[in-house]
Amino acid sequence: MLNPKLLTPPPAGSRLLMSGNEAVARAVWEAGARVAAAYPGTPSTEMLENLALYPDLYAEWSVNEKVSMEVAIGASLAGARAFCAMKHVGLNVASDALMTITLTGIVGGLVIAVADDVGFSSSQNEQDSRYWGRFAHLPVLEPADSQEAYAMALEAFALSEKFSAPVILRMTTRVCHVKCLTTVGERQLHRVANSFTKDPRRWVMVPGNAQHHVPKMLVRDKALAEATASSPLNRIEAGSDNRIGFITSGAAYMHVRETFPNAPILKLGFSHPLPIALVRELANQAEQLIVVEETEPLLETEIKAQGIVVHGKDWLPAHGELSPAILRKGLATLLGEATAANEVAPNVKLQNVAQRAPLNIFPRPPTMCPACPHMSVFYTLSQLRNVNISGDIGCYTLGAGAPWKALDTCISMGASMGVALGLDKGRGPDDEDKKIVAVIGDSTFLHMGMQGLLDIAYNRGNVTVLLLDNRTVGMTGGQENPGSGRDLHGNPAPRVDFAKLVEALGIAKDRIHVLNPYQLPVLFKTLRQETKTPGPSVIITDRPCVLTDYYEILKPYEVDDSLCTGCGNCVEVGCPAIRVTRREKAIKPSGKEVELAFVDIDTAACTGCDICVQTCAPKAIRHVPVRPSIKTIGIVAAGE
Amino acid sequence: MTTSHQVLNILVVGVGGQGVMTASEVLCETAILQGFDAKKTEMAGMSQRGGVVSSHVRFGPKIFSPEIACGEADILVAFETAEAMRWCHYLRPNGVAMVNRLHLEPPVVSLGLFPYPTHPVEEIRKHGIRIHDFDGSAIALELGDKRLVNTVMMGAISENLPFAPEVLKERIVERFRVRKPALAELNAQAFERGREAAREAAPA
Repeated sequence: MLNPKLLTPPPAGSRLLMSGNEAVARAVWEAGARVAAAYPGTPSTEMLENLALYPDLYAEWSVNEKVSMEVAIGASLAGARAFCAMKHVGLNVASDALMTITLTGIVGGLVIAVADDVGFSSSQNEQDSRYWGRFAHLPVLEPADSQEAYAMALEAFALSEKFSAPVILRMTTRVCHVKCLTTVGERQLHRVANSFTKDPRRWVMVPGNAQHHVPKMLVRDKALAEATASSPLNRIEAGSDNRIGFITSGAAYMHVRETFPNAPILKLGFSHPLPIALVRELANQAEQLIVVEETEPLLETEIKAQGIVVHGKDWLPAHGELSPAILRKGLATLLGEATAANEVAPNVKLQNVAQRAPLNIFPRPPTMCPACPHMSVFYTLSQLRNVNISGDIGCYTLGAGAPWKALDTCISMGASMGVALGLDKGRGPDDEDKKIVAVIGDSTFLHMGMQGLLDIAYNRGNVTVLLLDNRTVGMTGGQENPGSGRDLHGNPAPRVDFAKLVEALGIAKDRIHVLNPYQLPVLFKTLRQETKTPGPSVIITDRPCVLTDYYEILKPYEVDDSLCTGCGNCVEVGCPAIRVTRREKAIKPSGKEVELAFVDIDTAACTGCDICVQTCAPKAIRHVPVRPSIKTIGIVAAGE
Repeated sequence: MTTSHQVLNILVVGVGGQGVMTASEVLCETAILQGFDAKKTEMAGMSQRGGVVSSHVRFGPKIFSPEIACGEADILVAFETAEAMRWCHYLRPNGVAMVNRLHLEPPVVSLGLFPYPTHPVEEIRKHGIRIHDFDGSAIALELGDKRLVNTVMMGAISENLPFAPEVLKERIVERFRVRKPALAELNAQAFERGREAAREAAPA
């Protein structure tokens, strides 16, 4: 969580080192927007986190992306400029609203920033959100860096009002999170209308009204096509090496400029509707054309449909991030290998250099933090036999990994509920005795899980739901939500009572348990009992994320090496503060060979949660006599 | 080493929480103040959870792509030894590696699923890489806090930059003067100790 204090925005003309997300936030503020809303999601989260710091603007964490878009729509209808931000999968959630607001049009400029996690830094899939522009008949802007993100976000508000259409600002990881120099400007005070104008034929989308909007939308398509043809955001950069002309957009443009500095380039910033005349113009300047775009062959397909011959995904990958190395390698053949290195990119020398092979090294996957309240849950689940566990999206997805391996599915936000019910209702003969467990976090539950639980209750599913309430949106860096009791600014806000909520959804009161996950025996007993009993139940764990200020650090533990028997039980907890110091082979009285793992504890990382202590039969884990003094010098900024 | 190259590519790597991103940000800011164009990027979506962090810093007259291509890093700054192994093939021939001789074993090693290399520094050296290795974390601890390690590492690379080491040092100290003035002097010391350590650890 950022410091909730407002900042004094740097004056116009300041040259700042900004990420794409920070630059968009600045532009939204400068555009005079009054309302901004989002649900956190990598790589989009920092847009709203930063907007929260600007004065004279209402900013909120919404419960999900659909609500955030609806809030922004309402503000636009009220005459204000409005903004919402989301990651690519968030737009799937919000798309229901999107597909109708495109018909009504808008009043105050409405900008939808959607951040595609190209390259899977923290997502369950990879999507090309530019499709939504085609699907919803909306303009799409594609910035290539922070300065462009800033400029295009400003332009997006103007375009939105000019064409009465929401504008999609399509970001990608390599725009959101790259920091570069950005020059900022002055804030404008801008309001389109001073009141909401009642106009049922426009705003009440019943069939009789809605159908009249469709022809208008098609007329708007034509006007937008004319606009992209003459937009300064689309330009041809002449080049002396005319063997290939590049058509490119977004972050890919930077890779093209880097790799082929002398080639002619059609740089598309306002990329939908496609300005086809510019493509033809480029075709006259180059022997052949190639489209370089992340990720799907959208522009390529549209250009081909116009009868123009282009290359694209026949030479370049249709998934993952592009890079100078990928471009060089992918296009070397097209150019004739020998020339690729020296003639096309004189300042880059790669082909002639014998590259070193990577050294073989262990992976370092993300882990749960020491004392994470999810850890005991997955430790317990890993000890449970004959169980299918549907999981969800958040830190607890890590429960699928070693050592717990206690999460069997992860599909989309809130899907643990419906999937669990389906696993129950669709079970085959071999699964007759299987217990079904669903695991979901507090914020994901409020985002899209509640409806699924209602379905489980309503349809009497045999599902035990573990609702892990850690009072924060953990995986995205600790944002507030309606379960945390604070708003985006860190101010107190009404806090959801999860026990009451699930009871209201139809779970029997005696099947709802609120418990402390650090008490392993209680957790284990409750889980075993509830999974044995038919019908739905909910177990709510109520200890906060260790990275929040709600978490209380306790006295750390250490291992008495003379008492450690090497049984390895504590290692199965999965705490990163427990380290194996040596392994030994031993023969059990039964004659079976076992491997012993003797451990110690990183006392500087241990916060005394006590889970490992409960797994240690010989009582070899004890408090460190005096806590080593931990100076809070703070060299590392929180939230790194 | 930098004068012959128009663009300087610095790859800063480590484990989530070590201060990699802060270090690369300071580098980027300093370069900009010196009149360079600069970009920085990283893959750190889940680094807070103890994962790998790699931060690319590029500066020069004009920077387009923010990414350092494999085989084109001029300097590798590694906050942890295994991470130096993971990324050292990104160095160009004659590139230089500044490596903190710290071993952070992830749970997958503790669980016995993978070994931690026995002689990581030697493996890197055998790979034909000029490596300066030293115990930056010990220096940081000696000065009072292991989190000083990122300033130690900045001191370590400071003599390989296209501007005077004092410029980078002043920028770091200035950041602390604004945010946590009590730590400004301590960071100045950490910087100088890192500079010394790298010099002493220079490969033969």
